[in-house]
Amino acid sequence: MAEPTHYPELSFESRMGSVEFRVAEQAHIVVDDRICADCSTRGCVVACPANLFVPTAAGGILFNYEQCFECGTCYLVCNEEGAISWSYPEGGHGVVFHRS
Amino acid sequence: MSNVATPAFGAPDFDAVVVGAGPAGSAAALELARAGRRVCLVERGPYPGAKNMYGGVVYGRILDTLLPNWWEEAPVQRWVTRRQTMILTETAATTLDVRNEAWGRPPYNGATAYRPDFDAWLAQKAVDAGAVLVCSTTVTGLLREDGRPDGKVVGVRTDRPDGDLTAKVVVACDGVNSFLAKEAGLYPTVDPANYTVGVKETIALPRDVIDERFGVRGDHGVDIEILGCTGDVPGGGFVYTNLDTVAVGLVLSLPELSRGDQRPEQLLARLKAHPAVAPLVEGGDVKEYSAHVIPEAGFDMMPELVGDGILVAGDAAAMCLAAGIWLEGVNFAIGAGAAAGRTAARAVQRDDTSAAGLAGYRARLESSFVLADHRRLRDAPHLVMGELAQQKMPRVVNGVVEELFTVTNPDPKPRLRTILRRQMKRHGVKWRDAVKDGLRAARTFG
Repeated sequence: MAEPTHYPELSFESRMGSVEFRVAEQAHIVVDDRICADCSTRGCVVACPANLFVPTAAGGILFNYEQCFECGTCYLVCNEEGAISWSYPEGGHGVVFHRS
Repeated sequence: MSNVATPAFGAPDFDAVVVGAGPAGSAAALELARAGRRVCLVERGPYPGAKNMYGGVVYGRILDTLLPNWWEEAPVQRWVTRRQTMILTETAATTLDVRNEAWGRPPYNGATAYRPDFDAWLAQKAVDAGAVLVCSTTVTGLLREDGRPDGKVVGVRTDRPDGDLTAKVVVACDGVNSFLAKEAGLYPTVDPANYTVGVKETIALPRDVIDERFGVRGDHGVDIEILGCTGDVPGGGFVYTNLDTVAVGLVLSLPELSRGDQRPEQLLARLKAHPAVAPLVEGGDVKEYSAHVIPEAGFDMMPELVGDGILVAGDAAAMCLAAGIWLEGVNFAIGAGAAAGRTAARAVQRDDTSAAGLAGYRARLESSFVLADHRRLRDAPHLVMGELAQQKMPRVVNGVVEELFTVTNPDPKPRLRTILRRQMKRHGVKWRDAVKDGLRAARTFG
């Protein structure tokens, strides 16, 4: 594919700023960073559409649940048993689409 | 979650609890309510559709029997009268472009719609028929008879205080991740290779600009499906028109996406910059970015559809159809949900909501398009996501077209068979493989 002429056309912050999130107090996804330290594939980092998984200098994974699309990509691509505990956020919270 | 004791006596709160007010759940609740059953429709979003996203087109024929003249009131953006299949390489595009004015008149064919509008409308139909809709409530697990882990399903636990809902039957329409179908043991395995992730931008543009760019008028719209636009990741793309927004998105195979080095929005930016796509989508503000996982593998990944006290419908049962030239899902969800609702209503009436009492659900689906299409097209997702269709075919097609229409004077025109042979060789397509996949495609689609 041709290189985009003005890439990036939209900053990631603006992209995510277009989405409504009614953030729950309690995290609906918990990442066990000790297990991630041993993971060499880290599929979640590239695949998560919301870019919520960020590798740390210490070799772990920094995770934020607040702007989660609740899509399920992360646990589906995760190779490490028990690293990602996934459930849906409290009712009425999380992502709220309007023009999807 | 499953080892919850249930009262030893007393009538259940409802005849049926339907989990998820998407198209499957609302159709199920509608049919249950119409049959006079007490049905609760539980939705975790603040309104139906709040969690839902798709690749653009609702095919409404299945609504004819459920809601006659639905087109007069359904919250539709545009009626699709023009559809394109676009095959891309980095710099070229070959497009099949179809128009049909009949699709823009009653009873119509496909429509674009915002899912929060469409799903809320359909859920309201269930409410009008007598269903109780409870939003902002997440179902956290199944209730089992006598609290035994393998006991019959007798309701759901929710995240509301005192939020247990008992019922004679549970209809799980809780979407692609269906924690309920998994908890009920209906999914033997979950293989990421069966799933894709869809990402989409909804871009605001003035209505007349959309009409002009896409060559349509009034409430007519366009749906474009694209192959060869996802780099090294198997998948596809789409562009479609709403009234005053344009949607552009990608569908990406999870294993290859997670092994690659390009993020979804980076791949999407490349599609948006393609010379065949950029003139359609450029310039507007992104009003909403969205993402959702898709059950891509269809028939071959479907769970058991019936358990003791439970039925599964819609994406929760992998009923999305990703068969190349046909990309459908909302219609399959409605068809399956309605069948689940009718089966559940009958089982309640006969006072047998065991797996045996609910078994008629599968038979209903087998005799309808839901499983007939999925069974016949079970090979299609594999064909479409294979290397030949994804990587080689787009290069060969565009190479052949380029040679066919590039005038090479003073050399005479090459013969088509010479061009084809040359292009297949250039892009590493063996006749044997082409014939093999061609036969598979003929068996599937023919």
